[in-house]
Amino acid sequence: MAFLTLDNVSHYYFSTTGYTKALEDISLSIDEGEFVSIIGPSGCGKSTILSIIARLMQQTEGHIKLKNEPLADSSLNIGYMLQQDYLFPWKTVMDNILLGPKINGQITDQTKIHARQLLADVNMAETENDFPSELSGGMRQRIALVRTLITNPEILLFDEPFSALDYVTKLKLENLVAKLMETYNKTAILVTHDLGEAISMSDRIFLMETAPGRIAKTFEVPEELRNEAPFFVRRHPKYQPIFDKIWKHLNDDMSDENKGVTTDERNN
Amino acid sequence: MKETIDRIFYDNYLKKIRSETRVVTIWQLIIFILFIAIWEIASRFRFIDPLLFSSPTKVSQLIYEKIIDGSMLNHLQYTLFETILGFILGTVLGIIIATILWTSQKFARISDPYLVVLNAMPKVALGPIIIVALGPGFLSIIIMGAIISVIITTLIVYSAFNEVDPNYQKVLKSLGATRSQCFKEAIFPAAIPTMISTLKVNVGLSWVGVIVGEFLVSNQGLGYLIIYGFQVFDFSLVMSSLVIIAIFAALMYKGVEKLEDWLIKHTT
Repeated sequence: MAFLTLDNVSHYYFSTTGYTKALEDISLSIDEGEFVSIIGPSGCGKSTILSIIARLMQQTEGHIKLKNEPLADSSLNIGYMLQQDYLFPWKTVMDNILLGPKINGQITDQTKIHARQLLADVNMAETENDFPSELSGGMRQRIALVRTLITNPEILLFDEPFSALDYVTKLKLENLVAKLMETYNKTAILVTHDLGEAISMSDRIFLMETAPGRIAKTFEVPEELRNEAPFFVRRHPKYQPIFDKIWKHLNDDMSDENKGVTTDERNN
Repeated sequence: MKETIDRIFYDNYLKKIRSETRVVTIWQLIIFILFIAIWEIASRFRFIDPLLFSSPTKVSQLIYEKIIDGSMLNHLQYTLFETILGFILGTVLGIIIATILWTSQKFARISDPYLVVLNAMPKVALGPIIIVALGPGFLSIIIMGAIISVIITTLIVYSAFNEVDPNYQKVLKSLGATRSQCFKEAIFPAAIPTMISTLKVNVGLSWVGVIVGEFLVSNQGLGYLIIYGFQVFDFSLVMSSLVIIAIFAALMYKGVEKLEDWLIKHTT
């Protein structure tokens, strides 16, 4: 059963000097517990899709359903993580984490216990009274992850959350996020520039093309790679073939060909 | 052994810093003493007209007399009270108006040209109108002290509200925050350092407003003493009032500086 469906979603950006069509007829469906990635060149509207699903803005056209309910009417929580942590520098780690419950007026002793447990899950126990400025980039991003998880979101949206980190931290965090998503059986959408990251973390990959943004092709990540930790996926014998296959399409896409193929592939 | 050597280097460093501070203080004292001495000598030997420019001995004598008979304290109290009230009123009103502007974009756009005109306007020129409207009393003077800083505070704080990184709001909105919650959790706290820095500017502005106000109406206060001394050609009185104003304006500025340190420590 489809958990999240986008049905012919289009989006325009308007300004006084004109308009751009950021998304055109995006249709996709994601199952519960699935981890999908969206990759594509800059300006293809990857982040726009996430912003729309996060209900930060409304699509110009089309319908989105979460658990068979129109997204706009749904009161289900959606987690959204940005490229940088955007922890509030004047709040302690604990206060940052409790932002979601605070906004919804649901802070209880239970939430604090839950927060401490999640902190322990990301190996950040004992930091609850620290301020974000005392933590490194990777630690801050882990706190941001906890801040997102504590609202118990139905679906997690990652907008290049690892791109501002150094390579070692990034690999460690990839493993951690993949493990957490599996433990809590969360549905997740990852937007990234990094093809290796997309393959190592997800079950399915949407390749987008630009101007207007639409889904050019969908790739299934081989079964054997899906349950491996991201770090080991990169060394798996099946990793390189799928990497090369997507890489080829990425480059074809830049020359703006193969549009005939896309329509059949979309319904995979 | 090694530690004692480290210690010596550090002590030398401290010594150097201390001796630099001493040199600065000594020069500050020399300039002050020279200024007083030259003023006194020039007045005694009639290089300047002692009737117009008075002399340090005459000024200090007058101040002493006025303190003894209690009249200086009376005038000082009056002016200080008006300045502090005008300062607080101007700052608080400015922040409140900025908040209203932020709440309604449309209202902000509509009021923009009026704010520009009011800001460009020399506020002390409104003095006569304020006095006619509110009566020649201390209410008018407080309003003068406030009106001089309120518009500039509004503009600075409003632009600080708008410069807060929009991603903080994105985070909050994705957690389900309303616009007023965004203001409370992100916009207002992020603008606190700007508000604190307007305090320092405003304290100087309020002195200007109050002294001009007292020029115009009052029969009490340091501004009144200046005008009175001018009218009866008692320039020792004018100079005495100036010295008192200089001392208390500086004290108030230092006080605000201390308040600023405290606020920064306790809010960020």
